[in-house]
Amino acid sequence: MGTISLKKARKVFGDAVIIPGADLDIKDGEFVVFVGPSGCGKSTLLRMIAGLEDLTSGAIHIDGKDMTEEAPSKRGLSMVFQSYALYPHMSVRGNISFGLKMAGMPKAEIEAKVSKAAQTLNLTEYLDRKPRQLSGGQRQRVAIGRAIVRNPEGFLFDEPLSNLDAALRVNMRLEIMQMHKDLGATMIYVTHDQVEAMTMADRIVVLNRGNIEQVGSPLELYNNPDSVFVAGFIGSPKMNLISGAEAEKLKADTIGIRPEHLAISGKSGTWPVKIRLAEHLGADTFLHVDAGPCGMMTVRTDGEYEVKPGATVYLTPDAGRLHRFNKEGKAVR
Amino acid sequence: MARKVTTQRKLIVTALAWAIGLLIFFPIFWTILTSFKTEGEAISLPPKFLFFDWTLENYGVVQERSDYLRFAMNSIYLALGSTLFALVIAIPSAWAMAFAPGRRTKDLLMWMLSTKMMPPVGALIPIYLIFRDFGLLDTRGGIITVLMLLNLPIIIWMLYTYFKEIPAEILEASRMDGASLGKELLYVLTPMAIPGIASTLLLNIILAWNEAFWTLALTTKDAAPLTQFIASYSSPEGLFWAKLSAASTMAIAPILVLGWFAQKQLVRGLTFGAVK
Repeated sequence: MGTISLKKARKVFGDAVIIPGADLDIKDGEFVVFVGPSGCGKSTLLRMIAGLEDLTSGAIHIDGKDMTEEAPSKRGLSMVFQSYALYPHMSVRGNISFGLKMAGMPKAEIEAKVSKAAQTLNLTEYLDRKPRQLSGGQRQRVAIGRAIVRNPEGFLFDEPLSNLDAALRVNMRLEIMQMHKDLGATMIYVTHDQVEAMTMADRIVVLNRGNIEQVGSPLELYNNPDSVFVAGFIGSPKMNLISGAEAEKLKADTIGIRPEHLAISGKSGTWPVKIRLAEHLGADTFLHVDAGPCGMMTVRTDGEYEVKPGATVYLTPDAGRLHRFNKEGKAVR
Repeated sequence: MARKVTTQRKLIVTALAWAIGLLIFFPIFWTILTSFKTEGEAISLPPKFLFFDWTLENYGVVQERSDYLRFAMNSIYLALGSTLFALVIAIPSAWAMAFAPGRRTKDLLMWMLSTKMMPPVGALIPIYLIFRDFGLLDTRGGIITVLMLLNLPIIIWMLYTYFKEIPAEILEASRMDGASLGKELLYVLTPMAIPGIASTLLLNIILAWNEAFWTLALTTKDAAPLTQFIASYSSPEGLFWAKLSAASTMAIAPILVLGWFAQKQLVRGLTFGAVK
């Protein structure tokens, strides 16, 4: 089965420590998303699991076996790359079947598997085309097809949707989630997009400078961020982070309140603020307000809210939803 | 970048380009012309341009005196042989340097190129002695080895630049798909690099075909290519300009034709990566 464990996995390039040492246990069939800003080491971590990067020290166990020194293809994992990485000189059929050919599978069996995969991915009529004759979404499907025919224990996705346009991205997101449901295989998905992380993951692993900041379900991270970093990274629009006198009143270095946990009133409240900008999204309105000593804040309110920039309103935070962080940026609970 | 180009300016530039082109081509043209003259006309003063008695006599004499085909076959063997062997070594080397560079890769590349900066005559005596002691003088195998080593730096450099253009992720994908190193090179890298490999191959065939220093120094008869064939007409008995020209024309004709047909590929290959 497809359990994946990292045991003090460490990666150093020359003098640069990319991953100081990661410990993580991924259960069989789990959909885990690695998320973090660019350069946080999430792709490196994925490539270490894939076997494309050697570990400096530590170990990787897949399905209970130590795979640290094993070749990428022997780990029972398939990978979908950000650039799709299709073989440009091969047809779609050639691309999907390449791994099976390398494994020395009989021709008839390959043919059957390829046509089945092509059917699931709506690629049947494109089997004889070259990748350059396909659209971005189709190329992405071929890359996924190449991954699924090998019937792996686990799938590794390295920012697979970042080259697609917004509408297609939402579609492919749903397709990948459906695929996860159908196959029940372990999936690790790397993205810098916290919306993808929130919507797709069973568990999210937030990475910051090569360190695992927090691991948990999307709602755990949303409701109980362990650090200022996670608080600021998860959730859209971003959590308002306030430091200074207001924070000290609550015996914290920094306090955080999400835009959706601020009550707005025209008459009275905790913080008087001046409205600078209003973004009307239809269902929601985001107000960007100047809260004086608290700095700029974002408030989420319903779409009908009529405001004029320049007007003064009052904000009251939901006390139960206030997050407090100490000097080290860790949550105080 | 719309720049105004006047008709006058265009005319001048075109004329200049033609002038330079003709100037460069003139020696070859003159050689070909001379090859159709008699020995007397070939050295006549003032030189005769187009109005002389055209004759094929020189070609007949040249073919009679020395067997053109034997030399030509040797040229083909040497050019193709050295190029193919070089590719077999250069493809994996360039792969390693392009996709798994170490800290010294750049130095290594520079070092290889620097071997081309040494005048070949500096290595002549040691190589000649090695050839003599190992019985390699005037053997095809020996010359193929020397020509291969001679052009290897250029081939590796060219392939290295082409390979650099290929996204590493594609090779990694093949590794995930279970391709061994050999299969990765054979089924994925080489087919993708075909345009680059083809122009490297063509250029190297041309370089090997025209190489005169080593082929003249190390061959006499059995392995002698067309360069020897030409040189044999500048002999102690005297200079026979018309016959020398006929021999030269015969020697350069195949490579000229190849170059003509391959020029599109060559230009494409040599500017590969310059414009995306």
